[in-house]
Amino acid sequence: MTITANAPTQARRSVLDALEAESIHIIREVLAEFENPGLLFSGGKDSVVVLHLLAKAVFPARVPIPVVHIDTGHNFGEVLKFRDQVVARYGLNLVVGSVQDYIDRGELTELADGTRNRLQTRVLLDTIEANRFDVVFGGARRDEDKARAKERILSLRDEFGVWDPRNQRPEIWSLYNGRHAPGGHVRAFPISNWTERDIWAYIEQEQIELPPIYFAHKRQVFERDGMWRAVTSVSQPAKGEIVSIRQVRYRTVGDASCTGAVLSAADTVPKVLDELALATLTERGATRADDRISAAGMEDRKTEGYF
Amino acid sequence: MTTTLLRIATAGSVDDGKSTLVGRLLHDAKAILADSLDDIARTSAERGFGGETPALDLALVTDGLRAEREQGITIDVAYRYFSTQNRSFILADCPGHVQYTRNTVTGASTADAAIVLVDARHGVLEQTRRHLGVLALLRVPQLVVAVNKMDLVGWDEQRFSDIETDILQIAAGLGITQSAVIPVSALNGDNIVDASSLSDWYAGPTLLGLLESLEPGSGQGAGRLDVQYVIRPQGALAAGLDAEEYRDFRGYAGTLVDGRLSVGDSVAILSNGQPASSRIKAIRTPAGMVETALAGAAVVVQLSEEIDIARGDTIIAGELDAAVREIEANICVLAPAKLTAGQQLLIKHGTKVAKAKIQSLDHVINVADFSRSAATELNLNDLARVTVRSSAALAVSEYQDSRTAGSFLLIDPSSGQTLAAGIIEAQNAAA
Repeated sequence: MTITANAPTQARRSVLDALEAESIHIIREVLAEFENPGLLFSGGKDSVVVLHLLAKAVFPARVPIPVVHIDTGHNFGEVLKFRDQVVARYGLNLVVGSVQDYIDRGELTELADGTRNRLQTRVLLDTIEANRFDVVFGGARRDEDKARAKERILSLRDEFGVWDPRNQRPEIWSLYNGRHAPGGHVRAFPISNWTERDIWAYIEQEQIELPPIYFAHKRQVFERDGMWRAVTSVSQPAKGEIVSIRQVRYRTVGDASCTGAVLSAADTVPKVLDELALATLTERGATRADDRISAAGMEDRKTEGYF
Repeated sequence: MTTTLLRIATAGSVDDGKSTLVGRLLHDAKAILADSLDDIARTSAERGFGGETPALDLALVTDGLRAEREQGITIDVAYRYFSTQNRSFILADCPGHVQYTRNTVTGASTADAAIVLVDARHGVLEQTRRHLGVLALLRVPQLVVAVNKMDLVGWDEQRFSDIETDILQIAAGLGITQSAVIPVSALNGDNIVDASSLSDWYAGPTLLGLLESLEPGSGQGAGRLDVQYVIRPQGALAAGLDAEEYRDFRGYAGTLVDGRLSVGDSVAILSNGQPASSRIKAIRTPAGMVETALAGAAVVVQLSEEIDIARGDTIIAGELDAAVREIEANICVLAPAKLTAGQQLLIKHGTKVAKAKIQSLDHVINVADFSRSAATELNLNDLARVTVRSSAALAVSEYQDSRTAGSFLLIDPSSGQTLAAGIIEAQNAAA
């Protein structure tokens, strides 16, 4: 069967077609212009979509670069299992940077609040250096956060991994320039222009598989700061916080010590899309304790080298 | 129903109420969720916004970086997203004060439409002329001028009409053909999303209504593919594919920047500066094999002849116009660096990177009135007409015919910085 893309009757390209084409263009530019790329892959929906686009960009060849997971040691078991299935299905090389190993060796100290998102930065930068990646793809989107709204598609990092938001390289037309100083590297964000809803609509269109925790399931949770936190070995209720079994799902998949669930009955992708149409909270506001610390939470972590 | 994507850019300064306008647009289009609104309400209250009648300071919506919040300025282009029933918008919010040329060029380079703000009390200023000039140079297809703060001139029809006349006259002088002027109050939300009862005399659309009705730009002209990446899987085939079927697969991956390509089309190829020809054997898009692909599609093309094609080469439907080494272009200096004639540079055109130099620096352009003056060096934010000479033959178009084939970057070979953006005005056939 042959399908005619953009037949005259549908000459107006759909939003997803346009976003997909832009992302594939960016991915191909990066694969062609850099020596040694890697893909940051958490098993979260955004990195899963980037991997899907990467596979399309090089089809029928195999994805030619390794995937990199910075494992905080607090990940959801379901997500790690999913990660390993995906790695096997695509025949990928997996590079893991382990925050737990750094803590065990005494090179990183556990933070007082027990969260590990911030500890990832050091491990990420070391992993990039050890593997000599000159560029890593990430699934960050500009609609996630106000600091990310100013992020470039190709974002330069110096030898310390530092992002300098006041001195960014202009990106004009679709002419990307990834030249960078020796010792520095580049972060490439091919889905910068996608919104949370675009991601889910694309997951629906492409029938992309996700870790099960993105869909409604019953879980032991307790309420903290207006978020539903799972009861796990790293996330325990404090005195007075009441544990109950609720039907929840996750909008983002991060470190279990700081990622919250939302009450939801959405157990399929179309139901998630319906739910998003009525959502009143932003994705990070609803589910990330670390972004609630201050208005500049993400900006501060990004300038340190966070992804 | 198919929703379409429209890219828009804003130009104007905080004083014109640009941040408030963007905030109002996002707010009234219901693109701001409750937790963000709570933050805005809290900060508005802390700062006592609205005085006696506390109100939301919607300009806070566009606050980004810490320094911007502290200094009450915007530093860099920020991207915002909102959608209506049948359209998604990507809005490049370009600061008006700091490095306005560089930022406006960045935002406008991909925009289907640009919104310029004018303060109704002040009318057309020098800055307005500059913004219009940059947008004209970049040939943004549709210009929308929002005459803001109409509440502060009592919704005076004559005042609006005078400003509208001024703008249309300047736009015509700059060669801008598609333009609309709308009276608004971003502060109060008049004519942004909902039509205002205060402007009975205005029969045109609201700002959002207009943005919803515009047609996104599409690449016209001959089908053109700048080869980004050659796909030869050999042993490294994607999982689950038949090794026999793809044994000798060789595909040229790239974005179809203009026109269309169909299976069976005869194509001209510029490969490493040498012309060649072949025929399209197969086209794959992300959705699968197709007979025809249109501008904007990310494709993989297979040809019927084995030709040595690499990244940087160009595949064009039909005949190849002369490939050239010399181009006349308007350039905008984007980096804090001096540019002079004779300086060694790199040019990036499409997917081709080649050594280049500025052959001659013809004149500097005053963007407010397009007047010319002589110069021996160029600095940040300067616009100038230059002749660029490339070490490799390039298959260029004039920018008015193709935003992609008619544009390039100039790069510093030692630092790797992007020094300038170039808009091709003419090509010199003489090699």
